[in-house]
Amino acid sequence: MAKGSVQIVVERCKACGFCVEFCPTHVLALSSAFNAKGYHTPYMVHPEKCSGCDLCGMYCPDFAIFGFKQPEEAKKAQAQASKPTVTEAATAPAPLAAAASEKEEQDAR
Amino acid sequence: MSEATVAIQNPVEQFLRMDRIPHIWCPGCGIGTSVNSFARALVDAKVDIKNLAIVSGIGCTGRVAGYVNLDSFHTTHGRAIPFATGLKLANPKLNVVVYSGDGDLFAIGGNHLIHAARRNVDIKVICVNNLIYAMTGGQTAPTTPGAVVTSTNPYGTYDPAFNLPYLVEAAGAVYVARWTAFHVRQLARSMEEMFAKKGFSFIEVLSPCPTLYQRRNKMGDGLDTMKYYKQVSKVRNGAPTSEVALSKSGEIVVGKFVDRERSDYGGLMHDTLADALGEDYVETEACACQ
Amino acid sequence: MHADPAGVLTGTHFLDGDHACCEGALAAGARFSSGYPITPSTEVVERFASRIPTVGGTFIQMEDELAASITLQGAVWGGAKAFTVTSGPGFSLMMEHIGYAAMTETPCVFVDVQRGGPSTGLPTLPAQQDMMQVRWGSHGDYEIIALCPNSPQECFDLTITAFNYAEKYRCPVFVMMDEVVGHMTEKVVIPPPEQIEIEPRRYTTLPPEEFLAFKPSEDLVPDMPRVGEGYNVHVTGLTHDERGYPDMRPAVQDVLVKRLQEKITKNADKIVLYEEDQIEGADVVVVSYGITSRVAQRAIEMARRKGIKVGKFRLITAWPFPEKQIAAIAAKVKALVVPELNLGQMVREVERAAAGKTKVKLVPHAGGSVHKPEDILQAIMEVTR
Repeated sequence: MAKGSVQIVVERCKACGFCVEFCPTHVLALSSAFNAKGYHTPYMVHPEKCSGCDLCGMYCPDFAIFGFKQPEEAKKAQAQASKPTVTEAATAPAPLAAAASEKEEQDAR
Repeated sequence: MSEATVAIQNPVEQFLRMDRIPHIWCPGCGIGTSVNSFARALVDAKVDIKNLAIVSGIGCTGRVAGYVNLDSFHTTHGRAIPFATGLKLANPKLNVVVYSGDGDLFAIGGNHLIHAARRNVDIKVICVNNLIYAMTGGQTAPTTPGAVVTSTNPYGTYDPAFNLPYLVEAAGAVYVARWTAFHVRQLARSMEEMFAKKGFSFIEVLSPCPTLYQRRNKMGDGLDTMKYYKQVSKVRNGAPTSEVALSKSGEIVVGKFVDRERSDYGGLMHDTLADALGEDYVETEACACQ
Repeated sequence: MHADPAGVLTGTHFLDGDHACCEGALAAGARFSSGYPITPSTEVVERFASRIPTVGGTFIQMEDELAASITLQGAVWGGAKAFTVTSGPGFSLMMEHIGYAAMTETPCVFVDVQRGGPSTGLPTLPAQQDMMQVRWGSHGDYEIIALCPNSPQECFDLTITAFNYAEKYRCPVFVMMDEVVGHMTEKVVIPPPEQIEIEPRRYTTLPPEEFLAFKPSEDLVPDMPRVGEGYNVHVTGLTHDERGYPDMRPAVQDVLVKRLQEKITKNADKIVLYEEDQIEGADVVVVSYGITSRVAQRAIEMARRKGIKVGKFRLITAWPFPEKQIAAIAAKVKALVVPELNLGQMVREVERAAAGKTKVKLVPHAGGSVHKPEDILQAIMEVTR
C-alpha cells in the first residue's frame, strides 16, 4: 500500500494543473472526466507512488485536493479506481465517468 | 483515485469559511496557493488563532479576508495598513496580519505603507504581487514591468516599476522576503518566521494573473507562469534589495532579504512615555472600553 | 453607566472649545485618537496627546486624514472608543471612511472645527460651510448624527453626547464646531464622574455559535462582537448579509441600506436635540446653530426690545434635522429667519420642513467672521414689516 493518498473535491477543481505538474512523484494526471463546470479534474494515475506529502494540497489554489499519509488502520485493501469521486456532500450533479479500461492521457489544457 | 476510510480534512479548511467556498479567484491564480502557505504557517508556528486578526484592502487579494475564518476586516482601498495600525495599538495582544495586493498596498496605499514601516508598527504584511490591478480588469500597477500591455497601457507600459523589497527595506521594515506562488514551502516558512517577528514585516508573493496580465501578454496561463517561476527564480537569501528588481522576462530573485532588530512602535512609545512621566504614566495593555 | 474617573477632570475650568472638546472625549471614555494637524482643530488632539498617557490609552498622529479616519476605526474594533478631529480640507479627505463607518456600523466620533472654504480657504477663521457635507459627503445612502455646540461648555457636553449616540446607534457621529467656538475661552464646568452618564458599547452576550454580527436588535442596531474572543467576525464595506458576508443581491442591498437609514430616522425622536424660546405667539422665529446662535441671541433681544414677537429655535442636532418641530412652527409664524455662516446650507432643510407654509429668509455670510447682530436684526425687521 502506498504511504499516502489524496482526496479531491472534484467540484471545486478548476483544472489549473498545478498539482499534476508539481507532484514530486508524478502521481496525478488530468482525467478525461469533467466536473459540472466542465473542468477536467485530476486523478491518481500512479497511486502507488503517493507519499502523502501534500505538496498538491499546498499548490491547489482552489483547496480542491490534499494529500495525507495513510493512517495505519487504513492500510487495508485500497480501491484502485480511475474515476474521480466527489468526497463532500454533493451540491452539484455527479460528473461523467471515463471508462476504466481506457488509456488516460495527460491533459495539456 | 482512492477514498480515505477515515475522515480526514484538508488542513487548510479549518482556517476557511467553508460556507463561502468556492471562491472568486480565477483558474491558475496564485492567491489561493498563498493561502495554503498561510494556513500551513499558522499550524507550524502554533499561532494563537483567536488573537489573530487579518486586515485586507480592495482587490483580488483583498478578498482573502472574506475567506479566512478569523476576525477579518475588509477595509477600503489602500487603507488596510492604517486600519491594522489602529487595531494593533488599541489591542496589542492581537497578532495583526495585512493581506493585500500590490496596487492596494503600493499605489493608493503607498504612503501608509512607508509610514507604517518607518514607525515599525508591529504588523505583518503579505503582499500578493500579480503585477497588475486584477479585480478591475487589468490596469497598470506601480509594479507592472515595462513594455507589457495592460488595459490602461494598450500600447505598452513605459513607467518604471517599484522594487518592492527595496522600497520596504528603505522605509524601515525589519523583515523583508520575496517568494513566488511556486515556492509554497519556503513561503510558509517565511510566514512562520514573520509571525514570530516583532515589528513591521513584509513578504512579497509573486503570483500569476492568468486572466489579465499573462493573457494580454501572451505569456500562457497560470501553470506556464508557475513553471516559469520555477525556471527563472534564484534563491538568494540576504541579497541586497537594490538588486532584486523585477522585469518582464528577467531573473526573479527570491529569498529572505532582511531580518533585523529594531524597536517597534509600541515599544518606542511606551519607553518614551515611561521615561517622561515616570509614575504618572498609566500603562494599559489595551485601550478597551468596559 | 457612569464615566470612568480616570478621564474626568472634575472642576471649574477656563477652557477654549477645542480643549473642552478633548475633555469631553476623555470623560466619555475615549482612549484612542488618531489625528492629523489642521487649523483650527489641532489643539483638540494636542491636548489629548498630552493627557492620554496619564489617563491610559493611545494617541497617534497619522500621515494624513485618510489614515487618521480609518486608524480610529481599527482601534474601535480593537475595543476602544476612538475619535479624530479635523477641519474642512481634512474633512473632505475623510469622506470615504465616513461611509465605511456608516456601512460597517462602527461607533466613532469625528470632530469638525469648521473654517472658511472652499479649498484652503480661511484656515484661522470661522465658517459653517460643512453642514451639508457632513450629511451627504460620502457616497451612497446612509444617515449620520451631527451636533452643534455653541460654547466651550457645550463642546464638552455635546462631545459626550456624541460618543453616547455613536455607541447606541453604531454610526459615525459628528461634533460640528467652528473656529470661534473652538478658540473662545469660557467657563467650563466638568462634573464628578458619577454625574456623567456614559453609553457602554453594546457588546453581544451571545456566544460565537449563535451570534450574527449584523443582525439587528429591536432598535434596528446590531450588537457588537468582541475581537480576539473567537467570534471570527467579518467586517466589510461591501454590501453584506446578517453574517457580515458580502452579498451582491439587490434584495440584500435593499434590506441593509434601508436599515442603516431607519435606525436613525425611526429613532429620530430620541436623537433630536434643540433649544426653544418664546415660540408661542411668535410672529417670526430665528433658526440658528453653533456660534451664529450666540449672535442671533443678541439680535433677538434687540428685536424684542423693539416690540417684535421673536422666537428662538436653536438646532443642537443639525442631523437628524428637527423637521417635525420646524414644520409645526412654520404653520404658525409669518417667517423663519435663518442666519448661518455660509451661503445657504441648513436653510434648505428649514425650507424643506416648512414646505411652503411660511416665508424663509436666509441671512448668509461667506465666512471669516461671525454675523453682526444688526444683520440678523435687519432680516427680522424685514420679514415682520
